[in-house]
Amino acid sequence: MKTTVKGRGYIEIDQQRCKGCGLCINVCPHELIKFSTKFNSKGYHPAEFDDPEGLCPPCGFCYRVCPDTAITVFRIVG
Amino acid sequence: MKNAEKLKAVVFLKRPESLTDKEFTYCPGCHHGIVHRLVAEVIDELKIRERTILVAPVGCSVFAYEFFNVDGTVAPHGRAPAVATGMKRARPDLVVFTYQGDGDLAAIGTSEIIHAANRGERITVIFINNAVYGMTGGQMAPTTLIGMKTTTSPYGRDEKRDGYPIHIPEMLKEFKGVAFLARTTVSDPVEVIRTKNAIKKAFLAQINDLGLGLVEVLSACPTGWGMDPVEATRWVKEVFSKEYKTGVFVDKVK
Amino acid sequence: MSEKLMVKGTEAIGESAIRAGCRHYFGYPITPQSELTEYMARRLPKIGGVFLQAESEVAVVNMLYGVSCVGKRVMTSTSSPGFSLMQEGISYMACAELPAVFVNVMRGGPGLGDIQPAQGDYFQATKGGGHGDYRMIVLAPSTLQEAVDLTYISFDIAEKYRNPVLILADGMIGQMMEPVEFPEFVDVEKLKEPDWILNGADGRDPRRITSFDIDPHNLEKIILHLMEKYRKAEENEKRWEDFMVDDAEYLFVAYGTMARILKTVVKLARKEGIKVGLIRPITLWPFPYERIEEMAERVGFILAVEMSTGQMVEDVRLAVKGKTEVLFYGRPGGVIPSPFEVLEVLKKYVKKVRV
Repeated sequence: MKTTVKGRGYIEIDQQRCKGCGLCINVCPHELIKFSTKFNSKGYHPAEFDDPEGLCPPCGFCYRVCPDTAITVFRIVG
Repeated sequence: MKNAEKLKAVVFLKRPESLTDKEFTYCPGCHHGIVHRLVAEVIDELKIRERTILVAPVGCSVFAYEFFNVDGTVAPHGRAPAVATGMKRARPDLVVFTYQGDGDLAAIGTSEIIHAANRGERITVIFINNAVYGMTGGQMAPTTLIGMKTTTSPYGRDEKRDGYPIHIPEMLKEFKGVAFLARTTVSDPVEVIRTKNAIKKAFLAQINDLGLGLVEVLSACPTGWGMDPVEATRWVKEVFSKEYKTGVFVDKVK
Repeated sequence: MSEKLMVKGTEAIGESAIRAGCRHYFGYPITPQSELTEYMARRLPKIGGVFLQAESEVAVVNMLYGVSCVGKRVMTSTSSPGFSLMQEGISYMACAELPAVFVNVMRGGPGLGDIQPAQGDYFQATKGGGHGDYRMIVLAPSTLQEAVDLTYISFDIAEKYRNPVLILADGMIGQMMEPVEFPEFVDVEKLKEPDWILNGADGRDPRRITSFDIDPHNLEKIILHLMEKYRKAEENEKRWEDFMVDDAEYLFVAYGTMARILKTVVKLARKEGIKVGLIRPITLWPFPYERIEEMAERVGFILAVEMSTGQMVEDVRLAVKGKTEVLFYGRPGGVIPSPFEVLEVLKKYVKKVRV
């Protein structure tokens, strides 16, 4: 459990599974995903989640458009 | 900053049970992966995984059965509806679905889909239309748009030589054996949910013994179209769906 | 208690299949076998079976593929042009190791040909009409009783080798009527479901049935496994009939209706002092090469007679290995040689040899 999470949700992107297609980046309403500067084992720049303000609702839009089930979406409850 | 002890993370959305862990071998941004996941979500929600059989096509998704946690086979090119017919007629208690591309279904397989639809076979057909033959390198398909350049229409599809794009749901909607018929896209999060709902109804058409259920999903083929995934997805929205109107053509499932 | 009935060949084959436990039939009308399709349409619904007339023979073979995947006994019947359409599906089924029974009631060809009996599909049946390294086990009846008996065992053979099996008949066998005795009904409920079928991944890992492997080394393994099965079939399944061969100085080789006609020729020839015998292959694949080679060492020549331009004769030549002369006589296009016609040909060759 990430105690640094400020908001109500967050996502985990499997960095090896991601093919850097960019569909999630294109669709996030709060622009919380960006391409990593690193390469993964497939040679792609995978998508990276970065939410310093805790804006992720979570809406699940990224999950919906991801073609590789590389994204798992979490809700913070309590 | 919330009180850390009282907070808990729960999984909201994750890979469905009906998908295996195998990484998809599709190109980055290929919409196959999205539709595979939606089909798996529907199979999970309808609780039919243990009695579902998949008939994969010849095309990029020839290995589709590797990605689904169900029994599967691969049919000769275009023949999946006939294979599914044999399965379903011999074992009506199983849920049988085919997953086919536009070359598979709308070129070589037109006879098989028309007659399966006409007979009202209790099967579900997931039809992925990406306007080209993806697996073999992006050749013209029956669904290629007029003027669209492909490797076998390098100067653009010319209706005088190649005829017009084929509209499958428009053709099949008059067949009384069809119980659910829709065309959707997965080009934005809202459309993704529409597609999922359509897929669910296409399975219910079979489960409720109503007739054939088919969903055509206009899908991006970034590699075949020579575009990046985001551009290709936009093309589906802005160009592809102008030729192929989305909507529900037949719905006896309600 | 089995009954003796006067039946048409096509219908006899259908009834025999039902007695063998086949409850699924998919077919398409084509002369000279449409009565088999019609018979199954009448019979199967009455016994809880499944009949479907498909839109084409292409669809038919793929429906067989599907039924076989889910573990049920299934058959179809067609004639030469329709059988051509099934080759793709048969190739897929052989590689995927799916059992099913096919019946080809041969007619004159190539092309649309005509509707008279012929034997022009031998190559297609035995050398692989579809693409790739596979075989069909081919059973060639000569009488209606034999058609009944071979159909009855064909399902067991198909399941034993997990391979498509072909009953290769011709329009004569299909259309004639003879008294036959039907075997007892197999209890369908007692048929064991194989452990490789697709019937839902309930409490087990998913199963795959495929004819595709992207890795050539894997595909090679699969094909070598098929070859091993075919080798076993060659060891165990060869069938033929010896007819008056013990003192034969000359030998006929023929199958199906042609062999039946030759039995008359053999008797007529012997009345004229020509000691000719007949070897009648019953399995065309696996072909009884060894038996023919044995006979080759004892006879002045072997005369292969077919209702074609000569297809089985090539296997006879392979069998004989040059040990004696192999001659051929045949009529293609649906023409049936008369016994007298063949007798004249035999006498001509005998005269040549005796000179």
